[in-house]
Amino acid sequence: MTEKLVVVGNGMAAGRALEELFRREPDRYEVTVFNAEPRVNYNRIMLSPVLSGEKTYEDILIHDDDWYARNRVNLIRGEEVIAINRAERRVISRAGTVADYDRLIIATGSLPFIIPVPGHDLPGVLSYRDLEDVEAMLSAARKGGSAVVIGGGLLGLEAAAGLKAQGMDVTVLHLMPTLMERQLDQSAGYLLQRAIEDRGIRVITRANTHAVVGEEKVEAVRLDDGTEIPADIVVMAVGIKPSIALAKDAGLEVNRGVLVNDLMQTSDPAIYAVGECVEHRATCYGLVAPLYEMAKSVGAGLAGDDSLAYEGSITATKLKVTGVDLYSAGDFAEGDDREEIVLRDASHAIYKRLVLRDNRIIGAVLYGDTADGPWFFQLMKDGTDISDMRETLIFGQGFAGAGPLDPMAAVAALADDAEICGCNGICKSVIVDAIAAGQSDLDGVRATTKASSSCGSCTGLVEQLLELSLGESYARAAVQSMCGCTDLGHGEVRRLIIAKALKSIPAVMQELQWKTSCGCAKCRPALNYYLLATWPGAYVDDQQSRFINERVHANIQKDGTYSVVPRMWGGITTPDELRAIANVADKFAIPTVKVTGGQRIDLLGVKKDDLPAVWSDLNAAGMVSGHAYGKALRTVKTCVGSEWCRFGTQASVSLGVRMERFLWGAWTPHKVKMGVSGCPRNCSEATIKDFGVICVDSGYELLFAGAAGMEVKETVPLCKVETEEQVMEYCIALLQLYREEAHYLDRMHKWLARVGMEHVQEAIVGDADNRMALVDRFNFAQQFAQTDPWSERAAGRDAHEFSPLATPDLEAVA
Amino acid sequence: MQHSTERWLDIAALEDVPRRGGRVLRLPQGCIAVFRTVDDQVFALEDRCPHKQGPLSQGIVHGASVTCPLHNWVISLETGEAQGADSGRVTAFPTRIEGGRILLSGDCLRVGAEGADA
Repeated sequence: MTEKLVVVGNGMAAGRALEELFRREPDRYEVTVFNAEPRVNYNRIMLSPVLSGEKTYEDILIHDDDWYARNRVNLIRGEEVIAINRAERRVISRAGTVADYDRLIIATGSLPFIIPVPGHDLPGVLSYRDLEDVEAMLSAARKGGSAVVIGGGLLGLEAAAGLKAQGMDVTVLHLMPTLMERQLDQSAGYLLQRAIEDRGIRVITRANTHAVVGEEKVEAVRLDDGTEIPADIVVMAVGIKPSIALAKDAGLEVNRGVLVNDLMQTSDPAIYAVGECVEHRATCYGLVAPLYEMAKSVGAGLAGDDSLAYEGSITATKLKVTGVDLYSAGDFAEGDDREEIVLRDASHAIYKRLVLRDNRIIGAVLYGDTADGPWFFQLMKDGTDISDMRETLIFGQGFAGAGPLDPMAAVAALADDAEICGCNGICKSVIVDAIAAGQSDLDGVRATTKASSSCGSCTGLVEQLLELSLGESYARAAVQSMCGCTDLGHGEVRRLIIAKALKSIPAVMQELQWKTSCGCAKCRPALNYYLLATWPGAYVDDQQSRFINERVHANIQKDGTYSVVPRMWGGITTPDELRAIANVADKFAIPTVKVTGGQRIDLLGVKKDDLPAVWSDLNAAGMVSGHAYGKALRTVKTCVGSEWCRFGTQASVSLGVRMERFLWGAWTPHKVKMGVSGCPRNCSEATIKDFGVICVDSGYELLFAGAAGMEVKETVPLCKVETEEQVMEYCIALLQLYREEAHYLDRMHKWLARVGMEHVQEAIVGDADNRMALVDRFNFAQQFAQTDPWSERAAGRDAHEFSPLATPDLEAVA
Repeated sequence: MQHSTERWLDIAALEDVPRRGGRVLRLPQGCIAVFRTVDDQVFALEDRCPHKQGPLSQGIVHGASVTCPLHNWVISLETGEAQGADSGRVTAFPTRIEGGRILLSGDCLRVGAEGADA
């Protein structure tokens, strides 16, 4: 014969216990559930969203009628059980319904605590426990007026926010100095109060309620100091007390709650108790997670499995007020045996505090950014030793585990006066202050402090400061946009240019919804490059979107004059070329002639008007632009190699010349420097070039992604090849891949850091077809690129760039 | 700044200055940068950035601003005022367009950019 199970109460704990039982033993019991409310089981912790109007009753149902039918549960609605006859093993309801049981579950929950002040029983005084209360509040709110919520805990604040959302004037009275003092420390309580007040809710702390005032219904609340606050309704949310009357009357052992053992049995082993009515190991719980853990134990026990003991819970709280992010868990009182880690960001109202004991988290309070709450909670529950990630722990899961050498920790440790941006002389405190004043992204910091706005090599540091100051909220931000003109990042823009076949700057700006009419000095040069690299031969280079150096094919100097660097292929020159250079220097009174680090000659101090004539003379001697001013191939530096050197293994000079003659003229995301060394002694410094070749007896070692600028980067190996033809093939393919993938102004090493070695290896070395396709695309583009810009301009192109406007007739207006 | 509307210098045809670009006008009193925006407005500024005297006429023109070619200061074409974190200003001179010609206020001869020439 089937055993009979009776459940008194139909809240979340009872529902979960039944689910657990049915999962294990669907047919073992004939189940009867008494529900004092006229309803099915609903999610009580979602009452607040119902009150605020964000959810409906239907949204928060856990078990619908169908569930009871399917599990053959006899649900008796609206009947309160008033007595348990343990001798007879039966219960009786107020309406007289009698039910026999073999096993009984008491899940009577809790009662709202009503402060016994005068007037507490007036109509209009409500509690906040069930849907009835919510409906009463909603109906009061429809008439408008004011509400006083007594209690600034979790429930009180949720009630206040809900009533405010329904249009009432709301005041929260709280006995203690800070809100939610049981879950929050003072700092978080303060932030919370500010957030609540920002919603137009008045908060009075240290408020001791003296009486609820009114004749036939509530009219006001009077405090001890005599203050009266008008109120059409009063919501008491000062706490709950376990509902134990039924158990106590039945002679079960009770204290604050119904006493249970670890199997959730009361002093009568046939009777279980679960949920908020329970006192387990001297603790009563009011949060859902522990109730669910208890319920699992009850369900298992009823199914005959007594191995699943309940051993108490560490609890975590999340406030369900839209727009307020708050999480607390565990124990966060201060104590001698405890340490704490705190992260504050005043301007963003972020506060995080971890309480540690013996290198384990025992408490966590998160305000403003609660994303890592569950992770901290897990570490707390697992008792994980956090010594190894202590330095970065507070930054959350995304950073922790990186160890004490984490760059974030290094930046955090920098002194306030440490210089971050060397170009503009900006120190750490200036940047941190700008962030505190509301700058939340790189562009904002650049605009207000100038840091990272020149060479950009401190960008990483500035970003780390942003992360440090803003916490996870910065790290979670979308991809860094190209500039203030768009929210899209470089990668996205490049992708969309191809996907949407955008072939001009106005087309890009229109289709990708640029926020400015014609871009800025950051995005226009980038777009011009992307279009040029994507549509060779079809796109017309936009001169007005080029930086002055690339527009006039010379380097502007501090006094507004220019420098001119003709190509010397592979660093080789001739007496005729040198004579021509000397003649040009004399003829145009060029003040400085200097040998560059890239094995060529720089003519400095050329007047802009003279540039075309200078070029014309250099062209006449067979020299062309060295692109020393461009995001383009600069030099291929060589050592003399096997042609002269006693150590040389291959013909490094002729290889370098061949490379330079093949590659010159190509526009690239940033400057590209190459080097070819004839032996591993590496006299051409190939290991700090964007692309380097080290010749060895058996062939050529190909290296890439080096640099010797603000950052010194040693190259990394690409592969080793045997012939010059292969060197050319791999070099061209690599350059084209970089042209197609890199973000504008990223040197090769930055591109590599972003896409990863595996990707480059696979595209160049691992896939011969792809390598050849890259070479083909490069070769196609070169036919449009290898025109000497100097000879074009010497012949008259862009003349307006090199001459001032004609001087007007000043007499006419004098 | 006072300026007399009777005195205008005819300095160039509108087409002489590229859209989203600038040209320099050399006067005995100093250099004037003349800019033309994408929507054919014309502006004139002293051709020396308040920062390090960079030639603004060589900068990239975007919206009604120019970015100095030396250190990327952004200067308003309308007011001559440095934008963003930088502070400083250059003199802005009134201009107008008449019959496809750019007219520059004769004030540039009076208040001029004295000593601006490099």
